[in-house]
Amino acid sequence: MTTSLTGNHGRDLLRQMLRIRRFEERAAELYQLGKIHGFLHLYIGEEAVAAGSIPLFTNEDAIVATYREHGHALVRGTSMDHLMAELYGKAAGCARGRGGSMHFFDASHRFYGGLAIVAGGLPVAVGLALADKMQGRTRVTGCYFGDGAVAEGEFHESLNLAALWKLPVLFLCENNFYAMGTALARHQSQPDIAAKANAYAMGSDTVDGMDVLAVETATSRALDLVRNGHGPYLLEYRTYRFRAHSMYDAELYRTKEEVNDWKRRDPTATFEQHLRHAQLLCDDDLQAIEALITSEIEVAVAFAEAAPWEPVQDLNKDVSTRQRDA
Amino acid sequence: MTKMTYREAVRSGLREALRRDPRVFLMGEDVGRYGGTYACSKGFLDEFGPERIRDTPLSESTFVGAGIGAALGGMRPIVEVMTVNFSLLALDQILNNAATLRHMSGGQFNVPLVVRMATGAGRQVAAQHSHSLEGWYAHIPGITVLTPATVTDARGMLLTAVQEPDPVFIFEHAYLYSMEGEWEDNQPAVDISRAAVRRPGKDVSLITFGGSLWKALAAATDLAQAGIDAEVLDLRVLRPLDIGTILTSVRKTHRAVVIDEAWRTGSFAAEISAQIMEGAFFDLDAPVARVCSEEVPIPYPKHLEDAALPQPDKIVKAVHRLLK
Repeated sequence: MTTSLTGNHGRDLLRQMLRIRRFEERAAELYQLGKIHGFLHLYIGEEAVAAGSIPLFTNEDAIVATYREHGHALVRGTSMDHLMAELYGKAAGCARGRGGSMHFFDASHRFYGGLAIVAGGLPVAVGLALADKMQGRTRVTGCYFGDGAVAEGEFHESLNLAALWKLPVLFLCENNFYAMGTALARHQSQPDIAAKANAYAMGSDTVDGMDVLAVETATSRALDLVRNGHGPYLLEYRTYRFRAHSMYDAELYRTKEEVNDWKRRDPTATFEQHLRHAQLLCDDDLQAIEALITSEIEVAVAFAEAAPWEPVQDLNKDVSTRQRDA
Repeated sequence: MTKMTYREAVRSGLREALRRDPRVFLMGEDVGRYGGTYACSKGFLDEFGPERIRDTPLSESTFVGAGIGAALGGMRPIVEVMTVNFSLLALDQILNNAATLRHMSGGQFNVPLVVRMATGAGRQVAAQHSHSLEGWYAHIPGITVLTPATVTDARGMLLTAVQEPDPVFIFEHAYLYSMEGEWEDNQPAVDISRAAVRRPGKDVSLITFGGSLWKALAAATDLAQAGIDAEVLDLRVLRPLDIGTILTSVRKTHRAVVIDEAWRTGSFAAEISAQIMEGAFFDLDAPVARVCSEEVPIPYPKHLEDAALPQPDKIVKAVHRLLK
């Protein structure tokens, strides 16, 4: 794997992970400053999953994600300006500011949310794939969800239906081992999530979600299977959330030692070391990457600050297409 | 004029929708090989094939959600949830996804989805299969809620609904499937925005929808024998509500009785009553009255079920109380 990794590609993977990390660190600061409100679920610690998997989808494919979706939208290609404006709630946001952190949408990138009811995106992904199959298109729908979702009925119903109808859905489970504060082993009789696919005659794989190259390799293989008509597939990425569930929680449900153990496997730091050892990254490269990201974030913050609010008179706009409710 | 049952009208509407638009497909429990629980899609599997007539597992949340996804993906799905009782299992998809997506995405995504289901009591199927929850659904912004009570509406509302850009929920009263009615050939497209006056009158407005329409009309016939001229309004569309037609009627008759098969507390009848107070308070000669279901789970024995539901004699009594 290492031998085939080019410097450009490796640096790009690192850059994407760091973009997510720095974007969210800045978002957390802006939250403290009262610029961002509501829930803000940070992805910090899990960046290797989005950075390693999202670029493998084509522009025609669809992505359905959850309320912890900043990284997915960033890597998918929605401009950071529009994402930051969405966090601010400004009209220039990627959902006109109406959704905030949990509800990023971007039709131009076939990014269908930002759906914030746990497991609620799985049936929608099944339907998007059904539409593709019925219209003879060879597109894939990538559906991201967390380990909490596997306890929901919709997870099981959706895996069953997708497998029954051989639909082109790639189910991507980001297992960070906690459904909010409830550990996987405390809510699952069978904590091996990938194994659950067997019940639906579906292929599956377990992936080290802290290793961006492992994510890329496994996702690429799974995506090929789905794209070539072998039906749906389940990937379980084992990863870890370094921050609180949302902005604040007392973290009574896990120990500092556990968090620190996982932080030693920080996907950005370990991959940076990996690139350095392979002589694919030097200090100047890293500084250049960080400088680009810093400037992208500063531009995005300035954009969000300057962007107008949606006028109150537009409150009822787009409740329905025909505006009969207004 | 063609005579047909409500069931045949639904089937005729579905077939026409499937024939007109290749993006339309039907999905739900037993819609295919079984022919539909209420036989509304009998023969469709042979005519349209298994790609467009899709039997689903008993997974209401997922096949309604898949309808949302398919609509987002360019199809025009018609999802049959067998009955309103089972739609509760799909409520998350309906409320949190179908109804919100357009507004929450800043207008980027709309969901051209039709969901049909049977509703109502009156067939001795007891507490878990007799709900009337269309009023609950009418609470939700972002969806259209239809309650066809006639064969013309059973067929025509469906054809109009499949051309809508946003989610439409159609509640077919289970008691009506065997009812026969007259349907005019070559009629224009059926409107899904207005209430209809089914019987003009001047003394009192009986305001209702769905299966209760026929009870209100029966009550109006009884009242006529006592010299009371009742106007009967069929709301047809619960959301968006055509309050204009209601207020016009009430301003003429100065009295209103709202008939709703749902439980009285928090019913859609309560909403109608409130809107009449807001819009025509000074036109009223008496307080708005309601005839709703008793606040009990619907029981199995016929005499108890009958006693629990709105009936023509209860409507007649309510009118007499208003006119005292």
